[in-house]
Amino acid sequence: MLLEVENLQATVAEKEVLRGLNLNIKAGEVHAIMGPNGAGKSSLASVLAGREDYEVTAGSASLNGEDLLDMDPEERAQAGLFLAFQYPVEIPGVSNKLFLQTAVNAVRTAKGLSELDMFEFSQLVQAKMKLLGMRQEFLERDVNVGFSGGEKKRNDMLQMALLEPSLCILDETDSGLDIDALKAVAQGVNAMRSPDRGFVLVTHYQRLLEYVAPDVIHILYQGRIVKSGGMELVAQIEELGYDALATA
Amino acid sequence: MQTQVEIEDLLGAQSTYKEGFVTRTLVETFAKGLNESVVRAISAKKNEPQWMLDFRLKAYQHWLTMHEPHWAKATYAPLDYQDYSYYSAPQCASCTSDTCASAGAAPQESEIDPEVAKAFAALGIHLGAEGEAAEIAVDAIFDSVSVSTTKSRALLEKYGVIFCSFSDAVQHHPELVQKYLGTVVPHHDNFFACLNAAVASDGTFVYIPKGVQCPVPLSTYFRINEAKTGQFERTIVIADEGSSVSYIEGCSAPVRDSYQLHAAVVEVIVHADAEVKYSTVQNWYPGDENCEGGILNFVTKRGVCKGARSKLSWTQAETGSAITWKYPSCVLEGDDSVGEFYSVALTNRRQQADTGTKMIHIGKRTKSTIISKGISAGKSENVYRGLVKILPTAEGARNFTQCDSMLIGKTCGAHTFPYLEVQNASAQVEHEATTSNVGEDQLFYCAQRGIREEDAISMIVNGFCKEVFQKLPLEFAVEAEKLLAISLEGSVG
Repeated sequence: MLLEVENLQATVAEKEVLRGLNLNIKAGEVHAIMGPNGAGKSSLASVLAGREDYEVTAGSASLNGEDLLDMDPEERAQAGLFLAFQYPVEIPGVSNKLFLQTAVNAVRTAKGLSELDMFEFSQLVQAKMKLLGMRQEFLERDVNVGFSGGEKKRNDMLQMALLEPSLCILDETDSGLDIDALKAVAQGVNAMRSPDRGFVLVTHYQRLLEYVAPDVIHILYQGRIVKSGGMELVAQIEELGYDALATA
Repeated sequence: MQTQVEIEDLLGAQSTYKEGFVTRTLVETFAKGLNESVVRAISAKKNEPQWMLDFRLKAYQHWLTMHEPHWAKATYAPLDYQDYSYYSAPQCASCTSDTCASAGAAPQESEIDPEVAKAFAALGIHLGAEGEAAEIAVDAIFDSVSVSTTKSRALLEKYGVIFCSFSDAVQHHPELVQKYLGTVVPHHDNFFACLNAAVASDGTFVYIPKGVQCPVPLSTYFRINEAKTGQFERTIVIADEGSSVSYIEGCSAPVRDSYQLHAAVVEVIVHADAEVKYSTVQNWYPGDENCEGGILNFVTKRGVCKGARSKLSWTQAETGSAITWKYPSCVLEGDDSVGEFYSVALTNRRQQADTGTKMIHIGKRTKSTIISKGISAGKSENVYRGLVKILPTAEGARNFTQCDSMLIGKTCGAHTFPYLEVQNASAQVEHEATTSNVGEDQLFYCAQRGIREEDAISMIVNGFCKEVFQKLPLEFAVEAEKLLAISLEGSVG
């Protein structure tokens, strides 16, 4: 099993956000997690990635058999967990190139691989940028500074392509993302889909699912997964709404 | 007066400050205390001519009338000036007569105390034959004296460049020293400058003749070794018409549990069409977690752009010292002269820095640029204090100031005090300032990409300082980046 989450319970600022969540993902699968506002979608992504303000009160989560909850955020990243942020952070003064190279080498070092020098890294990044249809100038700009919503997402996808994680969690909770951003995410996921990699798409609306076809859809409701199924669930959500579906 | 150094080994007590080792060697240290006979004794030790002794005594008499300044945004108890020693010099291993180190002349290679040479080698400064072959000329100052000046002879013979210790200059180039000493920073300028004038230990003297572009960067490395010793170096840099030079200074000190006083004076004179680039990487011991010890860096640095189209550029990376009180300044006398100040000041733990610059515009169309980056971490306080003064004569003068502060954590402070005095309506003065935080969001973003927190902070901070580091000579820029990383260790709880 790639990701195994059992009875996960967590709080943030003493408020319960996850109340016994179970989730199993096999390599090669794409899972979508949908739910209403405040259901705990972003919290799930944050808890798995190890954001400090979230406290796990019970349950377990493992990635490729390794206990995730026991690791620091950077160790989780090094172990193959990748979180595409809802709002990628800006880092003024740090070039995208330096940031990407630092990240790639940090993960390589953790895996016991040698660090890439400037030339090796440049080759790698060129190949990945081509794959995602990105322009060269991207590398010279400061990390996410002055990027449009779509560019920020594309940058996150580039990081994902470079770090080659085994589990990608995409936090797309916000419905206000523009169509460019959505397309960038879809393009990234589709380019990266492979038999040894899993995806979790956390989303509010079904729009993203028009571009990426998931294998499984889960409905997250009040901190728990209450229903799982295929694309037919999407139609049911449209028809009945979350409340009726969750309590049915 | 000769004493064997008491051997202290404080190295193990402090792990992050790698320059914190103590050199054990035979030294001659004056007993603690300051009075007129101490001033006379320093002068006698150095075999100084009467005019130099007179300069010292005049300053000492004036100093007695002055009061220790406490206007900086830094708190420290009044210092006990009788509790410091005002002269300390390593003795040569090969000679025991006091004519050698005390004559003021830089000893020859064979006479350098091997322990002192070893200390400098550990700091990456090579003296002797290796130093002669280096890409850079070095004046190595250990406590109160210059122990070696590399390339000095070659520079003089081939280019007429004078690069020697201040003591040496008093002996061999008295006419030049007399012409310039105290002309930029007069002895009565301020309390610490006045003390320096009275007890000046050693320093570097540079003279670049007309039209000469100095072929190698010149540098001074200051090392304070003795406990409870003050270092009072006086550096004079003169660039004659149409000449240019890049001068670099580096500093460090062993870990000591009491304050060490460093009150230097630097005077720079830039004649018409000449250019001086003065860079500093300051890594004095900052004191420990509890604010015990560290260097009090009370320094007066000032340059005069005397001639038309002259240019003076100060670049500094300040990471050390318990307290920094320092405002490298430019007096822009010559028409079309240019002054620049690029600074990175980082404070961590309980360090206090009150630093900035003064740009005094006198000549027509004079131009100045100030870029200051302050980074505060731990429980430190970081202040930018700067004055831009445009006098009535400075027709068409321009200044641009950019002043950025970065805060790491929630227990530190950053403050900005810009002073503007504009007395000519044709002047253009711009001021920009920003304050930012290294946010938890940024750190989490980096961590989620596999980057350790310390590496992330160092990357973000170096990005913040990039504009200034680009102005440092290349090797120093690398050094400064490493220093930042070391100084930031443990800055996030």
